[in-house]
Amino acid sequence: MSQQLLEVVDVSCERGGRPLFKPVSFVLSAGTALHLEGDNGAGKTTLLRALGGLSSLAQGQVLWCGVPVAELAPNFKSEWLYLGHALGLKDELSAFENVQLSAALAGQVLSRDQTLHALAAQGLKNRAHLPLRVLSQGQKRRVALARLQLAHAKLWLLDEPFVALDSDAVLALQLLLQQHLAKGGALIFTSHQAVQLGVDLQSLRLQA
Amino acid sequence: MNIFFTVVVRDLRLALRRKTEVLSALFFFVVVAALFPLAIGHEPAMLRQIGPGVLWVGALLASMLALSRLFEVDYRDGALEHMLLSPHPLWLLVLGKITAHWLLSGLPLVILAPVLGLQLNLSADALALLSLTLLLGTPVLSCIGAIGAALTLGVRGGGVLISLLVLPLFVPVLVFGAGAVQALSSGLGAQAHLSILLALLLPALFFSPWACSAALRIALE
Repeated sequence: MSQQLLEVVDVSCERGGRPLFKPVSFVLSAGTALHLEGDNGAGKTTLLRALGGLSSLAQGQVLWCGVPVAELAPNFKSEWLYLGHALGLKDELSAFENVQLSAALAGQVLSRDQTLHALAAQGLKNRAHLPLRVLSQGQKRRVALARLQLAHAKLWLLDEPFVALDSDAVLALQLLLQQHLAKGGALIFTSHQAVQLGVDLQSLRLQA
Repeated sequence: MNIFFTVVVRDLRLALRRKTEVLSALFFFVVVAALFPLAIGHEPAMLRQIGPGVLWVGALLASMLALSRLFEVDYRDGALEHMLLSPHPLWLLVLGKITAHWLLSGLPLVILAPVLGLQLNLSADALALLSLTLLLGTPVLSCIGAIGAALTLGVRGGGVLISLLVLPLFVPVLVFGAGAVQALSSGLGAQAHLSILLALLLPALFFSPWACSAALRIALE
């Protein structure tokens, strides 16, 4: 049995004092992925944000490698990566600067070659030094994917990662996720599309 | 500690690619200082008397102009989420942002003030002291202002709300900043005023990043 990374016990979230979904429990071990499903407004984003530590849980407990998250030293966060609807990229900075900056914020120092290589792998080789505002929505998401490609984080929390990507980029992202899982990472994502990752994909449907 | 400089450089770089914001605050300061002699009359004694106060009020209002955008932009594009989730301590990142804000909206005022003071007929001693008080006082404005900006994050009409929250807290800085120059010209030393400004600066530097972090966590929840 592979190593157990994340354990979520009886967790639920509130929005405006109203519980969003019935409490959920699941376990993620190294190399497994969880597809979070639910109708619009079911609380997928809220749950992801709460797991990531951006908002508080209404009840329940989250354990990372067997230890409750609240008791861990803050640097465990460098093992997690959250990517939400808003990408946190700056329009005034180039793709290259954006990738380096968001890596620095996550506690990772990237060399120039690493960054350029990752951008080239996302098909942005000639656009690495253009300001982000001249890139299209899909290209911006590809910049965020270049960041993903370089991340050392073990657990990825991705909110709608497939939105606004063309079919090539969807394939590229699927490949990226597969590589991440093959390296022993874990993944939680939300998506309204059916996703093929070639591994056994748990899925969890949030219900009110 | 490295991440502190990373954040400072990032914010400075962002501002340099969006120059209008920085320049408009500076221009505002210049215009305010230039309007007073026009409106009040050009009597040298009168100008010398009101000069320090005018420059201080101008500096205070100018440093407020950029406040509402201190965290707003990062909030809207999601960068603030990444800061909260960073393994680095949030207060250090916030301190970097406050420092960058001061470098962009406080330091230029410190440098410009003696030039504008000349047209208000201030003596060389008074000009030097005025710059010194601004050097000690404007970081306090940035620190207190940042708390206001963090508290009003995501609130509609936040800009006006910041002014209401923060302006009363700016009063001591204004009183002792402008008072120092007046104390000098009336023959009293400015020592006491400068000590009090320093005594305002140190706790502001210490508590502001911490208070901002707490407010930002609440704003993002």
